[in-house]
Amino acid sequence: MKILIVVPAYNESENIVGVIDSLRAVNPEWDIVVINDCSTDNTASLVDSTNKATVISLPCNLGIGGAVQTGFKYAKAKNYDIVVKFDGDGQHISTEINKILTPILSNESDVVIGSRFLEVHDGFKSTFLRLIGIKIFSIVNSFLIHQKITDNTSGFRAYNRRAIDFLHIHYPSFDYPEPEEVILLGKNGFRLKEIFTEMQQRLGGRSSITGLKSIYYMIKVLLAVCIVAIRGKTPHYQRHDS
Amino acid sequence: MSIELDIHRFQYLSIICSILFIFFIIESIRRERITEAYSLLWLFMGGLFLFFSIWREGLNVFSTLIGIAYPPAALFVILIVSIILILIQFSIVITNQSKNVRNLTQEIGILKTLLEEKGQKQ
Repeated sequence: MKILIVVPAYNESENIVGVIDSLRAVNPEWDIVVINDCSTDNTASLVDSTNKATVISLPCNLGIGGAVQTGFKYAKAKNYDIVVKFDGDGQHISTEINKILTPILSNESDVVIGSRFLEVHDGFKSTFLRLIGIKIFSIVNSFLIHQKITDNTSGFRAYNRRAIDFLHIHYPSFDYPEPEEVILLGKNGFRLKEIFTEMQQRLGGRSSITGLKSIYYMIKVLLAVCIVAIRGKTPHYQRHDS
Repeated sequence: MSIELDIHRFQYLSIICSILFIFFIIESIRRERITEAYSLLWLFMGGLFLFFSIWREGLNVFSTLIGIAYPPAALFVILIVSIILILIQFSIVITNQSKNVRNLTQEIGILKTLLEEKGQKQ
């Protein structure tokens, strides 16, 4: 099984080397690709200097959706069996990857979401406003795909080959693609599973979603989610059962 | 000394302007400054102006038809609707462009990396 860890990164010079080292420490067999989304700092050269990861440097800033899709396209081109999406900001914990890989390896699921909310814990704390937003996504998405998903904004996910084949073409191009991705996958008959994983607060840098922006984010994403739901099954897509 | 208001004068003017407008659009297509596909709505708009300039009664007929008491107001309705249609078309074109740019950006990024990988192997 060829496994690729996709790390989208925009100006993550503070965290990126630590992230790569932590991934390598867990399993040196995993290939790591950092999608450098036209960073203005030295993220790309830092990754290069580690010699432990491949960098894809995009010539224009595409936002997280476009960056992640690049990872899927790369995985498709290099014929990987599994993709794990892992944030470049140090929020995800590399030792938790095996947890979300297990259902993929046993062919129990097509996509596994690492969730912060399946169990009560004290690893990750979020702001009140953000928790409300996450709750709304949970209600809306669970209703739309008839499956309870508690953590729709989590970017910590694993995908099998079937999901790679689909997402390298149809990955949502929105700035914040995670909730939309859940609907898209659900509506197209992919088997989704949530697994409880610990997550950390950001180690450095700043979150991109704050204040008024978060309300704009909510509305934009809810609109996108509803549109995807109305659209139903993606046209020209036949599910290849293997 | 008063100048007699000749309402035909404005009719002539608007016919000339409409023809100039259509000519300008066609000339732009000929010089490949606008693609045919994107110029269709503009041509349609020019045609509409010409139509109502020549057949002035048409505006009265049209405004009565849709229930507007003051015919020139119908002209504004036609204008605004046309402009909105063209703006929506622009949004569609922009969306397509950004899709293309996204794909190209991704391909370039991946190709650069694949090329480097190849170079290192040799």
